[in-house]
Amino acid sequence: MHALLVLTVEGLVQGSIYAAVALALVLIWRATKVINFAQGAMAMFTTYVALVAIHHGLSYWVAFAIAIVCGFALGAVVERVLVRPVEIASPFNVVILTLGLYLFLEAIVPMLFGGSIQSFPPAFAITGMELGKVQVPLSGFDIFTFGCLGVAAVVLTFLFRRTNLGLRMRASAFSPEVSRLLGIRVGRMLTTGWALAAALGALAGVLIAPTVLLQPTYMDEVFIFGFTGAILGGLESLWGSVVGGLVIGLVLTFVGYVSPDLETLAGLIILTAILMVRPQGLFSVHRERRV
Amino acid sequence: MSSEKVTSSVAGRQPTTLWGSIWQGVTARPLARHGIPALIVAAAVLIFSYEVGSYTDYELAGVAIIAIAAAGLTVLTGVNGQISLGHGALMAVGAYTTALLLEWQPNLALILVLAISVVITALTGVFFGLAAARLRGPYLAGITLALALALPQLALHFSSVFAGEQGIAINPPAAPSWLGVNFSLEQWLAWVAVAAALVTLVLLANLLRSGVGRSLRAVRDDEVAAMLAGIHVGRARVTAFVISAACAGLAGSLFADWLGLAAPGGFGVTLSLQLLIAIVIGGLGSLVGAVWGALFLMLLPDLTSGLSTAFNLPSAISNNLPQAIFGAVLVLVVLAFPQGIQGGLSRLGVLGRSRWRQRRTLRGSG
Repeated sequence: MHALLVLTVEGLVQGSIYAAVALALVLIWRATKVINFAQGAMAMFTTYVALVAIHHGLSYWVAFAIAIVCGFALGAVVERVLVRPVEIASPFNVVILTLGLYLFLEAIVPMLFGGSIQSFPPAFAITGMELGKVQVPLSGFDIFTFGCLGVAAVVLTFLFRRTNLGLRMRASAFSPEVSRLLGIRVGRMLTTGWALAAALGALAGVLIAPTVLLQPTYMDEVFIFGFTGAILGGLESLWGSVVGGLVIGLVLTFVGYVSPDLETLAGLIILTAILMVRPQGLFSVHRERRV
Repeated sequence: MSSEKVTSSVAGRQPTTLWGSIWQGVTARPLARHGIPALIVAAAVLIFSYEVGSYTDYELAGVAIIAIAAAGLTVLTGVNGQISLGHGALMAVGAYTTALLLEWQPNLALILVLAISVVITALTGVFFGLAAARLRGPYLAGITLALALALPQLALHFSSVFAGEQGIAINPPAAPSWLGVNFSLEQWLAWVAVAAALVTLVLLANLLRSGVGRSLRAVRDDEVAAMLAGIHVGRARVTAFVISAACAGLAGSLFADWLGLAAPGGFGVTLSLQLLIAIVIGGLGSLVGAVWGALFLMLLPDLTSGLSTAFNLPSAISNNLPQAIFGAVLVLVVLAFPQGIQGGLSRLGVLGRSRWRQRRTLRGSG
């Protein structure tokens, strides 16, 4: 029973990281119908920037803010400079482009920040708390991670549902031509979407960094599982991707408990199973394509 | 002289000389059109392999092996429009088939080992192709990427069969005795790999000019139109996957011989992405482009390591320089030269030919 509780908590915390990545992917997918394969690498890059800030004696919270601001800026620059000129041609080219960016970032980081494996300090203790006399398998950092995701999801929902900016972003994703006629700067909305997504990715990168060791490839698996979560959620709905990410986190933690080697394989099997039964994801409202 | 000019301009493509008629006869038949250049390349490689040292022979074999896999990926991604980020995993299937076969029967003939590896990988390709045929765009990219990540894990989990992280060692095929005692292993590998690459390329080139190739292209360009033209879209997509998996199997089998090892580390996501880099940089959709891409992929690390020793760069930079350049070049190619190397070369060729023609007409009239 205790093991079950520990695994559930661990799974949900892991899942919230995957959910953040999934949410970031969905943001970009909704805006530009592109999967950003460099999402994980971009988050890895901003986490290294945060680590440098910490090594220079800045506090954790300043570094945390730096990572997110860096992510925002990086996302905006990538969209404006790299993606914008290509995206008219074909989505395939954008995929190749983001893969190139992924390779470039993973190679440039060890050049800039050193190739050795480094540890990243947590904001709170990562060991379990004690409530009264009972040992609870929940650390302060777990609560923080979970809280961050919750806040991010609520803020994004508020942004899209209640603000003028969110309305304009949804409009330009829905119909760029009409939006342009109505005076919306569609290009600027796409840049905002990418910037928001990259900031969210940066958040995920910083949050998972203390539990894994920091190395240039540390976001690869997180990216894959986040991507699986996004597809589980149907790539279209924000809350679908959050649920998808949490489910993936839970399932993989249980599988990892049985056999650590099978974690990635289980991800593949889940992904295959979902896509075979529903090629458009579980929560998608789109009509299935007929072939 | 002038009458000849008139006939040639009036009759258009009618050959005027003996050489012209031979040339047209050759280019009209696909097997000759692709086979003769392949034979010329084979002869050149034969001579070249004697002239250079065993290190260059080894590199040559590597280029040929990557070219086989990249050509297969060209059929799938370039010609049929299905993106695959998991081709390294299919190569792993070929490599492990070879390793297990040789463990079971160490003296099995090379051609048999290659054939069995190709067949087994092609069968795996049927399985994945059936799944992939239902998927589009990001879904396909995601599932193939997951495949590339997950399949090496299988080798770790069933380590009693696949020998886990350190993999299965392979004795590379020995050169036949009639080639002499001084004939190096590397040169034999180069011969085998180049021969396999040329056979694959000629077969694929012929296939792409046939009805099958046309239907693959039609499906890529417009599925609905292809369907209306009577093409079975699903079957075309599975066919492309199987052809491409067969190539990956051949390449994987040779790759295992080349490394002397079938281990999960060699067939990860990096290899899959490298194949994609090769076909994009070489020129998407072109078989010759796949060869250019393979050359670029194999020669760049040599170049950068030379550079690193010359400038005495620290290892953190020199180890990652090739990947940084691959990434940057990939971005640059997509941004500025979507046609890749082969596209650039053929544009140069067209330009040169039209200049030459212009000059000839000017000279004729003057």
